Amino acid sequence: MRSAKTAAPRVVVIGASVGGLEALKQVLGALPADYPWPVIVLLHTSAGYRGTRLDTLLAQRCALPVREAEARRPLEAGVVHIAPAGYHLLVEQDLRFSLSVDEKVSYVRPSADVLFESLAEAVGVGAVGVILTGANDDGAAGLAAIRARGGLAIVQDPEEAQAPQMPQAALRMAGADQVLSLEAIGARLAALPGESA
Amino acid sequence: MLDTDAEELEIRDFIRTLKARHGYDFAQYAPASFKRRLRALRVRSGAASIAALSRRVTDEPAFLRQVLAGLSVPVSEMFRDPWVFETLRREVLPILASYPRIHIWQAGCAHGEEVYSLAILLQEEGLYDKSQIFATDLNDVALEEAAEGIYPASNARLFSENYQRAGGRHSLSDYFHARYERIKFDESLKRNVTFASHNLSTDGVFAEVQLILCRNVLIYFNDTLQNRVLQLFRDSLVHKGFLCLGSKETLAHTTVERDFDTFDQSARLYRRHALR
Repeated sequence: MRSAKTAAPRVVVIGASVGGLEALKQVLGALPADYPWPVIVLLHTSAGYRGTRLDTLLAQRCALPVREAEARRPLEAGVVHIAPAGYHLLVEQDLRFSLSVDEKVSYVRPSADVLFESLAEAVGVGAVGVILTGANDDGAAGLAAIRARGGLAIVQDPEEAQAPQMPQAALRMAGADQVLSLEAIGARLAALPGESA
Repeated sequence: MLDTDAEELEIRDFIRTLKARHGYDFAQYAPASFKRRLRALRVRSGAASIAALSRRVTDEPAFLRQVLAGLSVPVSEMFRDPWVFETLRREVLPILASYPRIHIWQAGCAHGEEVYSLAILLQEEGLYDKSQIFATDLNDVALEEAAEGIYPASNARLFSENYQRAGGRHSLSDYFHARYERIKFDESLKRNVTFASHNLSTDGVFAEVQLILCRNVLIYFNDTLQNRVLQLFRDSLVHKGFLCLGSKETLAHTTVERDFDTFDQSARLYRRHALR
């Protein structure tokens, strides 16, 4: 049996594509320096930051340390882990990362579907999945996997998203516990640990 | 009980069956991506469940090839991470040139993209005739394809761009013929290549070499298997031999960390110490 709700480790995972860099800066900027959960961020390289270091770009706007995720290294509380370009990022049952260069999924690598599905299997109800702006369907199946195991699903309001397709696909395939503006998503993620304490 | 728990048990049983029946041990692979591959294999082979796959691999020995192909094929490209090959060309090959014979082990060669990349580098630096490349993989289907050197023509553009960025001296198209949506690399590129079956999980040292390339293979292994393989590499390298890993792989936190110096961090090139 899976562990009881209160015992499941909590992990926030955020997927974004086109328009995602600005969206991520806003959401991550809302998290306090003492944030108690690991955060994993996946931004498609098609979002246009290729060649620039995403961790540097995000660290400027985020109170938490931002680091690229490494194979076999553990998820850390209060750290924003970034999916490296060109590799699928997965979370293992022992809450360590692994990487793969297997085929693209949903036409992308890294794929949010791969990451979200692995996290859903690793932490079940502990997963908090967030889908932000993007112009493809990646992440929808992954968010559905998180919901199927009792995790929490938050989707950016497509009306507000720079590219609505990714949130729309997520809502169509997975639905969501909450559909929020970027500002509200940041506030919600910041408040969640206090509510579950 | 969730379906996923039942699936976990079936996966464990599949791994046990494969080991007991055929001697292939996937128990030390990182589980999350192994599971994805196994699920994809189940769908592709039309099996109703992972348990059905286990039965088939027991009853039908010929199915093993397909299983290994499905569980072990990383997607690669020629001159992937071009700066790595540029560094090999500029920094490593001039050092290897001082040896009377050059022996290179490409471990986990899959479909051979990097074998041909390496052969072209050696050719252009005038070292090919005194070189021997051992290209190994546990997947016989992939090895056969690697030996053919045939790739979809749709890859040609990416391969060519990578080649140029890796400091290519000619045009990549000088090395292949395009026919029927396929490109085939010149037979002469593999005249000093030996393709051989070798399983990093279970097999030992089989050659003494000056350079080992093993890129994007260790990411699929757990700590224990990674350390086993790295020790195997250490023991296969000559004093001051080179090890080249994938761009997200590192010797940090491994048991051989102290046996190597970092030669070029961004190319993930390490150099073996003298024995201490």
